[in-house]
Amino acid sequence: MEKFITFQSRAIPLQIENVDTDQIIPARFLKATDRKGFGDNVFRDWRYHKDGSANSDFVFNNSKYTGSILVAGDNFGCGSSREHAAWAITDFGFKVVVSSFFADIFKGNALNNGLLPVQVSDSFLKALLTQIQSHPETVLEVNLENQTISANDLGLSAHFDIDPYKKSCMINGYDDIDYLVNNIKLIEAFEAQKIN
Amino acid sequence: MGKTLFDKVWDSHVVSTIQDGPQILYIDTHLIHEVTSPQAFNELEDRGIPVLRPEQIVATADHNTPTQNQDQPITDELSRKQLEQLSENCKKNNIILYALGHKYNGIVHVMAPELGVTQPGKTMVCGDSHTSTHGAFGAIAFGIGTSQVAQVFASQCLLLTKPKSLRVTVNGSLKNSVLPKDIILYIISKLGTNSGTGYFCEYAGNVFEDMSMEGRMTVCNMSIEMGARGGMIAPDQTTFDYVEGREFAPKGEVFENKVAYWKTLPTDKDAQFDKEYYFEAEDIEPMLTYGTNPGMGIKISEFIPEVSDASFEKSLKYMNFKKGESLINKRINFVFIGSCTNSRIEDFRVAANYIKGKQKAHNVTAWLVPGSKRVEAQIIEEGLKSIFEDAGFELRQPGCSACLAMNDDKIPQGEYCVSTSNRNFEGRQGQGARTILASPLVAAVTAVEGKIIDITKQLN
Repeated sequence: MEKFITFQSRAIPLQIENVDTDQIIPARFLKATDRKGFGDNVFRDWRYHKDGSANSDFVFNNSKYTGSILVAGDNFGCGSSREHAAWAITDFGFKVVVSSFFADIFKGNALNNGLLPVQVSDSFLKALLTQIQSHPETVLEVNLENQTISANDLGLSAHFDIDPYKKSCMINGYDDIDYLVNNIKLIEAFEAQKIN
Repeated sequence: MGKTLFDKVWDSHVVSTIQDGPQILYIDTHLIHEVTSPQAFNELEDRGIPVLRPEQIVATADHNTPTQNQDQPITDELSRKQLEQLSENCKKNNIILYALGHKYNGIVHVMAPELGVTQPGKTMVCGDSHTSTHGAFGAIAFGIGTSQVAQVFASQCLLLTKPKSLRVTVNGSLKNSVLPKDIILYIISKLGTNSGTGYFCEYAGNVFEDMSMEGRMTVCNMSIEMGARGGMIAPDQTTFDYVEGREFAPKGEVFENKVAYWKTLPTDKDAQFDKEYYFEAEDIEPMLTYGTNPGMGIKISEFIPEVSDASFEKSLKYMNFKKGESLINKRINFVFIGSCTNSRIEDFRVAANYIKGKQKAHNVTAWLVPGSKRVEAQIIEEGLKSIFEDAGFELRQPGCSACLAMNDDKIPQGEYCVSTSNRNFEGRQGQGARTILASPLVAAVTAVEGKIIDITKQLN
């Protein structure tokens, strides 16, 4: 996994609540057996009309906005456990997703793929969306070490929480498999004494 | 202080705890299917790590399988390859696979309980969010991502932070024609789609105690739709009777010993939950959803609420519904009875009981998709198949089918589908399709009428 420390980028505002993983990557694209290429179809049915033409109303198709930070509405990533959603978002080029609330499974999947979920308050999210929409050129800085997200010149800044273990994984580029495989002896000892 | 059912099962599976971090949780049973496992197998192979406990894995093909002509080669090339890959991966790693056509094949959350793989007190995972279904037996069961599938392959464990506990209690007498699906849709409509996020939910009260295992599975299945990673119901005699005698259930003295242990699992009287909700059974009626998440539900006789909110309005626009409107008399051209929520034999009995002697409306395409080969066989044995076919319904072969429309079972653009599945997200049942979630009874009535009617008036 790629190491994550600080990151600066412009951001794309996706002001929709309850974005489910079926929207992020529709089921018909889940037939692939590797992890690559899902970015082409991220938000497929919002980005494109059924005839394949781009939907100009969708924020990804608005040339005002660009960047590797996705700022989304409350309860992002609910629904299906498909990790393809995290693969699609990272494959499209995002490094960070900001929301006021993340669904559990999506959050875990994101962290396992080097995609940082930054959870902020409702009011900060609102201020951030307003700022990006009125000034699309705004550059945000995400500092994982200090657990802050800010648009410094503007006095917009917030602290975010992250599990300390997951934080160290992100900073060092480790993943859970490394940790678990290093503990096989402990696991085997547990199996040996397990009764039920 | 006493422990909850969840605490007891969780705590007995903790291998160790990382200081200020997650715990290593041991997983007893790992269920896999074709869609969320290939990348996990690839990852292990790339890293040269073997599958640690292949005998604790059960594989089935369900998400991407056709529901017609299952004896023929699959025409869609990508689907065929995905299924072939599952067979190869299972063979290479000595994992038992109930492939398409096998008598044990079916939707993972239908076939595993049927075979007795699902048991009280177990920890179970699958790369599918509806793994919460198995909590109906008093197991800790939850959906995981593919990276976690790889972790379980490699170590039979996961690194997890223990979720908080939530209890939903429903007591009282249910009204006529209210089914388990209505109960869970009602709960989600009251609590919202993220009320359970970060929690494991226990369902308690006489309503769940009196429920069959099939009904309990329907309820636990949809726990994830309120954000909860899993749902659980205390194991009792109903549970033990269901498990006993099944293929993978313990036998003889081992079974008796297990039952003695399972009886210790229910939540202690003095246990504390982080959050509790109470509902009265008498308040629940047959439910429908009108929006694009499962929390957007109303009683069948109610009107769509008037909410001023951009996401709410986007949702109604997609559904082509108006605020304040009733769904009664809406013409419906598609009905789907199936999915891991409602494709068990009881669901088809409910539907057949209503349909018997009636005819499907001409405008309706009605697909009945059993959850497993065994359910399909039971439908035939019990004579339900001829009831369905005489009424003009199409009985298909088992699989996830139109619940997620990965195969050819797609609802056309703009059409409404009254569906017994679990998600009404935009495009879930096909691009532009509009899903209305309901019980198998409401679905059967809709198929006969060709429109939504207030069944509380007809059946009470």
